[in-house]
Amino acid sequence: MATVHRYDAVIVGAGGAGLRAALEVARTTPRVAVVSKLYPIRSHTGTAQGGIGAALGNMEEDHWEWHMFDTVKGSDYLADQDAVEIMCQEAIACVYELEHWGLPFDRTPEGKIAQRRFGGHTRNFGEAPVQRACHAADRTGHMILQTLYQQCLKHEVQFFNEFHVLDLLVEDNVCRGVVALSLADGEMHVFHAKAVLFATGGFGRMYKVTSNARSLTGDGVAIALRRGIPLEDMEFFQFHPTGIYKLGILISEAARGEGGILRNRQGERFMERYAPTLLDLAPRDIISRCMYTEIREGRGIDGKDYLHLDLTHLGREVIEKKLPDITDFARTYLGIDPVREPIPVQPTAHYAMGGIPTDVHGRVIRDEKNTPVLGFYAAGECACVSVHGANRLGTNSLVDILVFGKLAGRHMAEYIRGADFAPLPKEADGPAREECARLLASNGSESVARVRETLQREMMDKASVFRTQEGLEAMLAIVKELRDRYRRIRLQDKGKIFNTDLQEALELGYLLDLAEVTVVSALARRESRGAHYREDFPQRNDAEWLKHTLAYRLNGEFELRYKPVVITRFQPVERKY
Amino acid sequence: MRVQLKIKRFNPERDRKPYWAEYEVEVEPVDRVLDALEYVKWHLDGTLTFRRSCAHGICGSDAMLINGRNRLACKVLIKELGSRITVEPLRGFSVIKDLVVDMEGFFAKYRAVKPYLINDEPPPETERRQSPAERARFDDTTKCILCGACTTSCPSFWANEAYIGPAAIVAAHRFIFDSRDRGAAERLALLNTRTGVWRCRTIFNCVEACPRGIDVTRAIAEVKRALLFSEL
Repeated sequence: MATVHRYDAVIVGAGGAGLRAALEVARTTPRVAVVSKLYPIRSHTGTAQGGIGAALGNMEEDHWEWHMFDTVKGSDYLADQDAVEIMCQEAIACVYELEHWGLPFDRTPEGKIAQRRFGGHTRNFGEAPVQRACHAADRTGHMILQTLYQQCLKHEVQFFNEFHVLDLLVEDNVCRGVVALSLADGEMHVFHAKAVLFATGGFGRMYKVTSNARSLTGDGVAIALRRGIPLEDMEFFQFHPTGIYKLGILISEAARGEGGILRNRQGERFMERYAPTLLDLAPRDIISRCMYTEIREGRGIDGKDYLHLDLTHLGREVIEKKLPDITDFARTYLGIDPVREPIPVQPTAHYAMGGIPTDVHGRVIRDEKNTPVLGFYAAGECACVSVHGANRLGTNSLVDILVFGKLAGRHMAEYIRGADFAPLPKEADGPAREECARLLASNGSESVARVRETLQREMMDKASVFRTQEGLEAMLAIVKELRDRYRRIRLQDKGKIFNTDLQEALELGYLLDLAEVTVVSALARRESRGAHYREDFPQRNDAEWLKHTLAYRLNGEFELRYKPVVITRFQPVERKY
Repeated sequence: MRVQLKIKRFNPERDRKPYWAEYEVEVEPVDRVLDALEYVKWHLDGTLTFRRSCAHGICGSDAMLINGRNRLACKVLIKELGSRITVEPLRGFSVIKDLVVDMEGFFAKYRAVKPYLINDEPPPETERRQSPAERARFDDTTKCILCGACTTSCPSFWANEAYIGPAAIVAAHRFIFDSRDRGAAERLALLNTRTGVWRCRTIFNCVEACPRGIDVTRAIAEVKRALLFSEL
């Protein structure tokens, strides 16, 4: 029998969104547990580099309305504007709150939080770049993760480290808890809860070149889909323009915020041709597309599939003081000193705009009428509020995790006060146990690594920056074939203790589900918007497609439904930078 | 290039004691040791067990003993090591399986130094002011990723595992020297014990082990000096 734990609130995932939510719930609720498949502070929030956007106005005039406009325009008008308005307003308080908790922001000469430029963030509704990203060198995410974890320790939040959540317990539209595998001893644990929040992060690992950690396999998102929850806007996956060539390791947009320039093989600053106002600080979807175009037209460096990020004109002082970590990455992994040489970069799979649909309180919704699943919440990259629409602006992921982590935590605490523990299903851990047993018993000839490698390579080729009907249809067939191969994998490790062979197999199962729903959603959307670019439908088509996708998988078949976009202040217009 | 990878392995479900396993792997000189370990796991032996996540030196998961030095497997390239590479788990922690060690004790020591801002004064509506010089005072110790490389390279820790260790002192330093913090006295008292900072014998192993380039021994010395001279 599984060990059963009882907590009022169970938070799955210990990145920024999970920890921020845990802190908020813990203000009023004594029994809060954070369950994470990693040790604390290993989560991917820690790798965020450049900054967190908030209209503090410390360097120059700024207003949250400008931040809101930039976010909506950056989203290619697919973001829900009521949610964006809340996010950009609340961002300011959330940044001050972090400072009060001790986050070591860089400072202006008068001792205020220092801010820098970032892609797509402008003053006065698009006039010119504005300094809005509050930073701590180029390790802002590291500092956010540490600060939040430290506050959780102070407030005695209970942590279950290296517990891998494998199932969500939801019946009759009421969430009852989760099932998790303890890696250390291979035992199953049931967490009985009044409310559960998923903050399980993204799934960039379905692509070959990605900035995402090995652990970003979309577990929570796939589990929600398997439990009948639809996934919203899964066709929108962001490719960050500047990943280190081949490795995909992120070189922060802050490098361009500080003045870095993208150049092709002729040394040309090619963004002048595509985005004359914002240049190298245009939003990520646009720059990544321009880079692919340059490469396709033979202007990649040495004709290869990468370009140069040139920081050499910034000088040693700026590079080493303001961008120390990425300088270290270039020196360590490329043997290149960015003070003297340009950095080879290519777009890298970075961020899922889509995910588990929620309202602005973090409540997971199950249909186009926004019907909430009682007691089930989601926040951060795994969720889709939607504040990022078809393309997220740089810094806004950190804003998202803080604002909606906090709001979800607040609503959870309220909900918990009025709710009882709904009974656990019989044999709550049955399905998770069976899934593990099946994988361990499977005796075919396939390996997890080979199936995963094919998935990653093919997704990169057919469902990344440029997409066509033909390519997507081929990808769909490949995913089906990979599912067959997945059923025939054989694990070598059959043990209980710290079985990462089993863990990687479970994670591959999630990636296959998410790749499929990404492709199905992308095939249906016959237009180009934000990060979703269809070569066969290159225009945005508001008349037919200004709507969110909701993809359900019921008995193995997909059903797509759509829900309207909330438009309040800014009417959709053509997007130019 | 072909590399001979020698890994110290132990599976408590199967083995009575640790043993050395050898693998031949085909890697690029610019590959990471982590890539070589993953090659083994994915293509030669799926039972090989190690922690990893971000793979670029930020998450702190994959600290291990590589050719006799504590390194992050994702931050050391094959070309730095040559064609014979030896990998062992961090010393001084109990082994759960292969390269995975139990870090609970390590985190308990981190928690013991109250690693969070202590300041009960009501905050202003905006930020607390801090000059760039005040901010720079503790910059070095904010870089710590809690990988454990320093503590497990420290002979004082090997000799006495009750020693709080360099990583926890680094965490304390980060707050003791933050102009916004008011908890220095209680943290210094915690460190002014038989298992506190005085067990540091300035051996500098921690400095060599730190993958973030933190001047750990200096940080410990600054804490010692603060205790001796109340220089705050």
